[in-house]
This record gives sequence, structure tokens and C-alpha cells, in this order.
Amino acid sequence: MAGGLMAVHGSTRRLLAVERLRVVVGRSQIDVIDEISFTVDAGEVLGLVGESGSGKTTVGLALMGYARPGLTIDSGSVKFEGREIIGLSAAELRRLRGGAVAYVAQDPASALNPALKVGTQLREILAAHQPSEGAGAVQDRISELFAEVRLDAASRVLNSYPHQLSGGQQQRVMLTMAFACRPKLIILDEPTTGLDVTTQRHVLDSIRGLCRIYRVGAVYVSHDLAVVADIADTIGVMYAGRLVELGPAARAFRTPGHPYTRGLLRAIPSPTRAHVLEGMEGQPPRPGARPKGCFFAARCKFAVAECRAEFPARHEIDRTAHWARCIRAEEVSQLPALAELPLREHPPLGAAERPLLRLDALNATYGEHPVLHDVSLEVRPQRCLAVVGESGAGKTTLARCLVGLHTARSGTIQFDGAPLAHDRRKRSRDVIRSLQYVFQNPYTSLNPRKTVVTLVEQPLRQLFKLRASERERRVIAALRNAALSEDYMTRYPDQLSGGERQRVAIARALVVEPKLLVCDEVTSALDVSVQAAIVELLHRLKRDHGLTLVLITHNLALVRSLADDVVILRNGRVLEQGQKVLDNPRSEYALQLLSDAPGMSLV
Amino acid sequence: MTTAAQQQSAGSGPDGARRSVRAWSLRHPVASMVVVRTLLGVLTLFAVSIVIFAATQALPGNAAYAVLGHSATPQRLQALEAQLHLNRSLPSQYGIWMSGVLKGNFGTSLANGQPVSSLIGPRLVNSAVLVIGAGLIGSLFAGGLGLIAATRRDKLFDHIASVVALTITALPEFVVAIALVIVFAVNTLHVLPAVSSIPQGTSPLSDLNALVLPIATLALVIAPYIFRMARGAIIEALASDYVEMAELKGISRKRVLLIHALPNSLPPVIQVIGLNLLYLAGGIVVVEYVFNYPGIGAALVDAVSNRDIPTIQFLVLIMAAFYVFVNIGTDVVTLLASPRRRAAR
Amino acid sequence: MSSQPDIGAITALRKSRTLGSRREWLVILNRAARSRRGAIGLMLTGLVVLLAIVGPVTAPHSDVGPVTAAFATPSSAAPLGGDVLGRDVLTRVLTGGWELLTIAAAATALGVSAGVALGIAAAYYRRWADGIIMRIVDVFLAFPQLVFALLLVSILGPKSWLIIVAVGISHTPQVARVLRSVALDVCERDYVKAVELMDTPSRKVMAGEILPNLLSVVMVELGLRFTYSILIIAGLSFLGLGVQPPAANWGLMINENRIGLVVNPWAVIVPAGLIAVLTIGLNTFTDAIARASLGVDRPAEEMVMATGIILDRSA
Repeated sequence: MAGGLMAVHGSTRRLLAVERLRVVVGRSQIDVIDEISFTVDAGEVLGLVGESGSGKTTVGLALMGYARPGLTIDSGSVKFEGREIIGLSAAELRRLRGGAVAYVAQDPASALNPALKVGTQLREILAAHQPSEGAGAVQDRISELFAEVRLDAASRVLNSYPHQLSGGQQQRVMLTMAFACRPKLIILDEPTTGLDVTTQRHVLDSIRGLCRIYRVGAVYVSHDLAVVADIADTIGVMYAGRLVELGPAARAFRTPGHPYTRGLLRAIPSPTRAHVLEGMEGQPPRPGARPKGCFFAARCKFAVAECRAEFPARHEIDRTAHWARCIRAEEVSQLPALAELPLREHPPLGAAERPLLRLDALNATYGEHPVLHDVSLEVRPQRCLAVVGESGAGKTTLARCLVGLHTARSGTIQFDGAPLAHDRRKRSRDVIRSLQYVFQNPYTSLNPRKTVVTLVEQPLRQLFKLRASERERRVIAALRNAALSEDYMTRYPDQLSGGERQRVAIARALVVEPKLLVCDEVTSALDVSVQAAIVELLHRLKRDHGLTLVLITHNLALVRSLADDVVILRNGRVLEQGQKVLDNPRSEYALQLLSDAPGMSLV
Repeated sequence: MTTAAQQQSAGSGPDGARRSVRAWSLRHPVASMVVVRTLLGVLTLFAVSIVIFAATQALPGNAAYAVLGHSATPQRLQALEAQLHLNRSLPSQYGIWMSGVLKGNFGTSLANGQPVSSLIGPRLVNSAVLVIGAGLIGSLFAGGLGLIAATRRDKLFDHIASVVALTITALPEFVVAIALVIVFAVNTLHVLPAVSSIPQGTSPLSDLNALVLPIATLALVIAPYIFRMARGAIIEALASDYVEMAELKGISRKRVLLIHALPNSLPPVIQVIGLNLLYLAGGIVVVEYVFNYPGIGAALVDAVSNRDIPTIQFLVLIMAAFYVFVNIGTDVVTLLASPRRRAAR
Repeated sequence: MSSQPDIGAITALRKSRTLGSRREWLVILNRAARSRRGAIGLMLTGLVVLLAIVGPVTAPHSDVGPVTAAFATPSSAAPLGGDVLGRDVLTRVLTGGWELLTIAAAATALGVSAGVALGIAAAYYRRWADGIIMRIVDVFLAFPQLVFALLLVSILGPKSWLIIVAVGISHTPQVARVLRSVALDVCERDYVKAVELMDTPSRKVMAGEILPNLLSVVMVELGLRFTYSILIIAGLSFLGLGVQPPAANWGLMINENRIGLVVNPWAVIVPAGLIAVLTIGLNTFTDAIARASLGVDRPAEEMVMATGIILDRSA
């Protein structure tokens, strides 16, 4: 369901033509992005894909001649309708920005000024670029725009401050601002991050619709391949500051030419097929630390000696508009993207197994506000139960109740056959060690002042009396189970990547040999390629170590890939549960969730 | 918050009353805050009065003896003890004092036998002139400089201003006062009087010259803090995502600065101005002493030197009351300046 | 959700701040001392401290007996001239600093440690203790620091221990407020919750998880409060309510020699200048400490509100 129209122009004046764009750090020669070249036509949507640190946001901003403080646009050309943007004066750039070229920021909550009413912020962009319009015309225009993005209650929204609107409404306001002056080109920076699946679907539809109606060219920057697949005509893949692949969306996703793109596709869970995920070890090289030759060679399965010699040029694939910077591009593109990824097997359900964890009619409140209503569910041993729901459904509250951080109002929790105290302070040491928790954000769940070994052995020190040598032995074992070598022991968290940190957090939970592990959105803060590794790690722990998992997530594809049983939570109530919920959803809500989930077209 | 629910709860006793109070307070966040804080403030003042009382009359050692010092003959001790009710129990001493305060009777000065309130009244006005004058001048001057420094960040003006600010914050008020005296009154420019010659009882505004140095000293003392906060807050605002977004919308630099950045930098600046006004309550002690200015600061120094307990108690109570009300004022103004906090949550 | 943004990598490059090594406070001090600001501050402070400590030993004359005429201009016998009673200004300058410094140091140590403990406790025990502690703090905040000291001194007299206690207590509420505000943020962090889940007793959590993450704030507070202590105690002496004459004390000297300002200005300028240099140096060094700890997961805005010191992102 690719969106937008591919314009076929006879003229040579493209909407946007970027040639060897280069941005460096400050006044140094350390480049952040380099050799960026691509074109965009009117009505075409270019999806610029990459993980964090790839430089995609920097590219997006540079298209407006803007570089964040600390960065400088060094060389290269960005031609908008034939006119060079780099080097324009401040006044000329101001005329361009918001007018002919518009920008939609990633986080509308921080991109909207909290001290000004929404109406003020909308009207000022119209005033800046179309000052001759009278107040009446301006009002009409705004109403028109609101209707286009399906934002109702116009007068209330205009008179509100940004924080009084929901995330979806805020983002729609941003879209309105972007399309207000009928721009020819729009740059969108991950505009659906943090939105619910349903809201995300609506926003994407709006973007696609507006681009089509007004023949606007768009550059859609994102790390989420599934979302990009739905909306882009052309895909550009960025890695370590370079554009490593460019081509029509269908081709790039079905027969990628660059091993990195291929790796990304194999690391994403699919909402329709439960396959094993394949992560990529290692990290992209940082600016200033980029090696000679191909930057991806260190992590690449297809790498040969020549790859390290010099940075690969663009290799055309199949003599089409699809190219990749890999000397083996043609070869790589012949292999189907998801070849040989085995399907996930689910363990058979033993008939008379006693559930390890059981909730009965659990009710929880947040102060006066009820959050969980009558929640009942079961977790069988050595299986993974996924608790799915959108934000606000009560998933985190449920997780916290399980682990004792939140005291439920009523209902019972049974763990391992015995009733479980709602307050963690009333739980025995044995119970505490059997029921462990992994936090969502690995950047805040580890004390930055402590070494890995101190962090991982802390639960041992607290819950057991062991000799130092015994503790060390267990720490090493736990680290190994989390796929971390002993060298990590003396490092500090800020020396580790996101994926490594999350593994340390998992090791810390494993060191006491728990029976049940509650994982709260443990991959949300991580990059795609890293997510896969964590998911596979969890799966391995379940299969080989007999660990029972409760997985809290909003990502349906992840559920498909890892879970044996599923519980759907909506507004604090259990909507559906069972093994085949994703295959045979019964409620309309579940159906809607599944169809709204992006990425259907990828496989 | 539907009207149906309101009607339903309106007539149902204490629960209903609680709900309608809550509804009212949600609709009038500023007014309700003022009411709550004033009540809390009064409570705080009561607690403050207990501390003052404890410090002056409840400490070990006979207060009367401390007051009379060398001239303590048994008769005078007895007389003073009777006057200060020191022979009663502590709580009843406190009770006597507090009931007097609530009736407006703040006791009699031990130094000259006059009612404390009549002695202090005019001085209070004098000090108020100093504090308000210094507060206004200091804030406007420093705020303006901070704005300029923020827009010329890291350039010469900014560096010089920051260094000067850092230097002045480190100096005690009396050093600043004396430095000003040296420059303006003694050596270089015999422009202003080194010592205030305002006779007792006349308004300070009658001799503006005498006001200049004290106000200048106080304004200088607080200016650096306001300067740095203004500069910092504006720089923060200019580095924010919403300012970046405004620039990417093509909005002019001037509008970005004044309409986007400035309103967001007000709350912390208001807080700092409030803090500094409070500081001035203590700052006037030294400055009035140096310039011999007839205000409550100088009066406090005299009272302490003379061990004039009722006067000390009254003066410190006034300063604490000043603290409470400036605090409320600061929070109200901050609330008015930040729509986010105003919204009912 | 973006994890580490591009800029993070770049800034990390520009100023390779490897934090997390042991003895973090030493690292920060080291970095501060090596910066330009820090070096200047340290030097200025060090000079005055040295003078104050070594001074009494090297003083040429006695600090109480008259040596020359009142307010005599500098001569060979008295290089800085005479003071109001004809005593040697130089001697009194040399002997007039150490008491100020020691009392200020003691008051600071007292006030900051009490304030840190109260602030962290208020933040951690949120529900009940927070209310009580902060109400009491609010009451004491109503007293300007100098006024509070005056209040206590008014009855018991200007004794050293009383000044230490009075000034120390006057610092506590402000320090508690600052620490509470930054500790509130840390208390909510996941790593604190993770340790709580291990059934760790509260005081271990506060000391082992929360306090180490507030080190830089505590260091800045120590520096700031020390400066304020010196200012207040010098002020008390200036008003004649601190260290009593005939002992030498810089604050006292400034006051007693004021009248002779036109005749022998050195008697005022030198002690005033010394106090000024000391406090400027301290303030500058504290500023350097604050800058050196920037980037250590401390939101800039909190630091600003807490300490009043503005930190540049680019510095």
C-alpha cells in the first residue's frame, strides 16, 4: 500500500536535488554526514531510513539549510526548484522555511511553545509568509486545514495551550502548520513516534492524503521501517552518516542490495509471521571513528577483503534506479530478504499444568483514578505471556503490581501456588528473588556511578549471604547468559551501548535465578537491530533455562515473534486472551489494532 | 465537572461542600492559591513567632541579666523581670506576647520606653523605599543586561558582564557600600553624602540624594543574580526545541526572541527576583548601618546592641511577615506567567 | 523512541567526558582546577587562605598594642600605617583572618551536612517526612541569614560556638531545599527503584544510590555556602557583633577604621580587599566545579535554579 504518486517529469528541474551534501562538527573536518545525493520529485515521498546516529535528522534539517548548534554545512549542494539553498542569506532562508519548504518535528510536545496558544503559533506562520491575507481569509484557511487533517473542535484547539491537547492532536496541529502555506516540499522527522497505533495510522493517512492532493514532495525521516514501507515511494537507507542504498520502495524492501538493509529487514518482527529475529552484533562507528573502506564491513556477513580497501561507490542493481554502496550489491539483491528465517515454534500446551502466576479480579487505582478493572489472567510455566495494549491501557500499572511497586486495591495474586502480598515490602526474600523485573529504559535503570559487576551483584548482596568468590562466579554466569563477556565487568554504564546496557539489566535480574521475569517494554528504547538480539536472548532464556516471561509491550509484531500466550488490555480491562488471539481476534478492537499496525506490506 | 454532578453534590452536606470548593478552586487557580498560601503563611508566622520567642526569652541564661549586663542590681533585675513577665511560665509568656501582637500592641522598647510600634512605624516606610527602589532598579537594569548578554553570547560584552557579575556576587554588602562611598562621596566625585542626614521623622523622599547610595548599593548587590538568571533563562529558551521550530517556520529573529523565548524565561527570573527581595530584608541591616539610614535594619542593629528584646522581636517578626508575603507574591506572579501551571490538572 | 541522538555522539567527541571513574569527586575537582576559571579561583583563594593561616606567625608586631599614631600613613615601622588606635595595620591584617576562616568552615560543614541529610530524607520519604521537614524548613527560611544570627547573638552574646551554630542552622534550610529538589528527580529514577526491589533498607538506598548521584550538587553547595558563611560572619564582625575587640578581625577592622578612611585608607582597603579576593576566588572556583560537572546527567535547569550559577552548554 505504497502512498503518493511517482511523478514522471519531462523537465530536468527537479523539486529537490541534493548533491554530495556534507555536514561536519564545528569547524573541524570530522564529518557527520557526507556524499549524500538524491532527488525528490513533486508528489514523491522519499523515506529516509536509519537507526539512531545514522545522521538522517541532520540530512533532513540540512535540506532547509539548517544545522544544529555545533554542526556546520561544509560543502555540497541542495537545489530546491533549481535554486541553491546552501549559502543563502538568513533573510532568504527565512522566506523559504515554513513557506516553500516546511518541517514537521518529531516531538510536537516540545516543538510547540508551551507559553503560547496554538492559534497564535498557527497564525504567525501564515502572517510570516502570506502577510497580505486578511483576518477572515486566515480564519477560513485554518478551518480548511483543520478539516484536512481531521482535527475538530477548531476554536477550542486554537484557544488552547499545547499541553492541553493530546499527542495526536498536537501532531495534527504540527501538520496543519506545515501545510498552511502550501509548501512544495515537506520534511518530516519521525512524526509518529510515541503515538498510538491507531493515531499513527490516522496521521500517516493524513500525510499521504495531503501530499497527494497538493502534489507536495516529502522527505520522511524515520527509524521505523514498517511505517516507512507504508508511505514511501522511494527508500534511502542511511548508515553511519552515509547513504548506502537508494531505490523504489518495493524493490529496496523485497530485494535489498545492501547487507545493512537486509540485516534491518531480518531484525524486524513481522505482525503477520512469527519468525526468528536476526540481530546485528556491534554498533555503527561514531563520527571521527569511521574506518577506511566500507563502514559496515565490521558487522557484515558478506564482507570480503576488498570491502575494507576503500569506500564503495554506488553500484546499480539490475540497471534500474536502485543502487547500493556495496561491491556485492547485485549478489545480495538476488537473495530474498527474509530467506531462511525459520518460524518460531511454540511449545505445546501441557494440559494439566498449574499456572506459575495467576491474577484474579485485580483492581488498581492511581490515587482516585481507577486504572485496572477486574483483571484476571494466568501465566503458565516456561511460556511467554504478552500483555498488549496501547498507552494508557494500564500495562505498566499491571507490571508494577506484579512486582510489588504498586499496591493493588483488591483482587489476589497467586505465585507458585501461594498468595502473593501486594506490597513488595511484605514479600519474603524467596519470593522477591523468584519474581524479577527488567525496566524499559536501559539508560536510567543502571546507576551511572557503579560498575557492571557492582550492579549485577547487588541483588546477590542484598538477598543472600555469599562469599565474594561465589558472588563473582554467579555474576560471570549471569553475564554469560545475557551474552556478555567477562570484560564488561569493570565497565561503567556510560561506556556501553543501549543494547549492552539492557543486557546488563537482564543479567542483574538473572543473577538470582528467578522463575519469572517481567519485561516492561524492554526493547522500546532500543534500535531495531539491537531489539532483535534482545528478543532472541529472551527467547533463548525461556527455552534453555526454563524461564517464564511476562512481556509488556505495545508492539504487535514483537508479540508475534516472542509470545506464546497473549492478553489484550484496553482501558484497564482484559479484552481477549489466549494463544491464538493474533490469528483469530474476536473483538473489533483487536481487529483494528492488527490492521492499523504498520508493516503489512513488508513481507 | 458537569453541571449535573455539581447540582447533585451541591446539597449533600460536607461531601458536597468539599466538592464545590474543589470545583471553585479548579476554576480559579490563582485565587485559590492565594487563599491557601495566605492561610499557610499565617500559620508559618505563628511558628516563626515561636522561634523568635524561643531565641530571645527561652534560652538558658536569664534574659533580664543579659539585657542589664553590668548594671544589674537586684532591684533592677526584679523590675525588668516583672516588665518582661519573666517570672511566669514560658507558654504564658508567649501567650501574653502573642495576644499583644494580635491587638497591635508590640510592647515597649527597653531602650527608650516608647511603644515599639510608634518608633518603628516611620522607619518601616524608609526601609520599604529602599527595598522597593533597589528591587525595581536592580531587576530592570539586570534583566535588560541579561537579555543583551544572551543575544550576544560569548562575545566581549557577555564575557565582561559575566566576570563583573561574578565579582560583585562575591563581595559583602559593606564592601560594596564602602567602595561606592569611596568612589562617589569621598575621593573622586564629591557628589553624594557619605552618610545619610535624614532627620528622624521626615520622609526619605525629601532628600533624594541621601537615597542614591543606599539604593545603588542594594541594587548592585542583587543585580548579578538577576543578570545571570535572565541571561541563563533566555539562553535556555533560545536553545529549546520550540525556538528551533519557530526558526524553521521562518519567523523573524526579533519575534522569536520577544514572543517565543522571553515569555518562557520569565518564571525562573521571577523566582530569582523574589529570592533577592527576600535577601534584601537582611541586606538592609548592614547597608542602613553603613549609611546611617533611619530604617528598620539600623534599628535592629541598635536593638541587638542594646539587648532591647521587644524591639528585636517585633523587627524580626516584620521581616518574617515580609518573607511570607513576598513568597506568595512571587508564586502568584510565576503562576500568572506560566500557562502550563495554571491549567487545572 | 530515539536513544542517543547524533549530537550526543558529537559532544562526546568534542569533550571526551569519561565520567564514572572512581572517586568521581576527585575527577571533578581535578577538572575544575585545570580549567582557566578554576585555576584563577583556586589561586586567589589559596593566597588568602595561606596568608590567614601563616599570618599570625609572621606578624611583625603584637596585634593589640599601639605601635604608631592613630591612622598614621605607612612608614617603615608600619608598612600599612596605623589603625584607629595606632596599632599596626599589617599585623592586624595578618592575624585577623584565621578565626574568620575557621568559624566559617565549621558553620559551613554543619549547615551543609544537616541540609543534605534533611533534603535527601525529605525527597526519599516523600509522603510523611517530606511534609514535616519542609514545613519546618519554610519556617526557618523566613529569617534572613544575618538576622537569624543576630537574633541568637542578641541574648547569648557573640560567642564563637554560638556563631557557628547560628550561621550553620541558617544555611540548613536553603541547602535542604536545593538538595530536596535535585534528589526528588533522582529518587524517581529506575535504578533507585531497581535497588528498592531488592529489598534494600532505606538508608542504604539513600546513601548508596541517591547521594553519589548528587555529589556535584553537594560540592557546589559547599563552595557557595562557605562563601556566604564568610560574608555573614564578616558582616557580623563589621557590626560589632562578631568577634569582639581588641582581637583582630577583618570585618571588625573595616568598621572601626571607617572614620579614618580619608587619612589612612589602607586600614580599610586591605582587609576589605582580602575578604573580597577570598570570596571572589571561592565563587570562581565553585563556578568552575559546577561547569566541570555539567553533562553528568544533571538537567541544566535544575542546577541553575538550585545554585543560581548559570552554566553554558558550550563551555
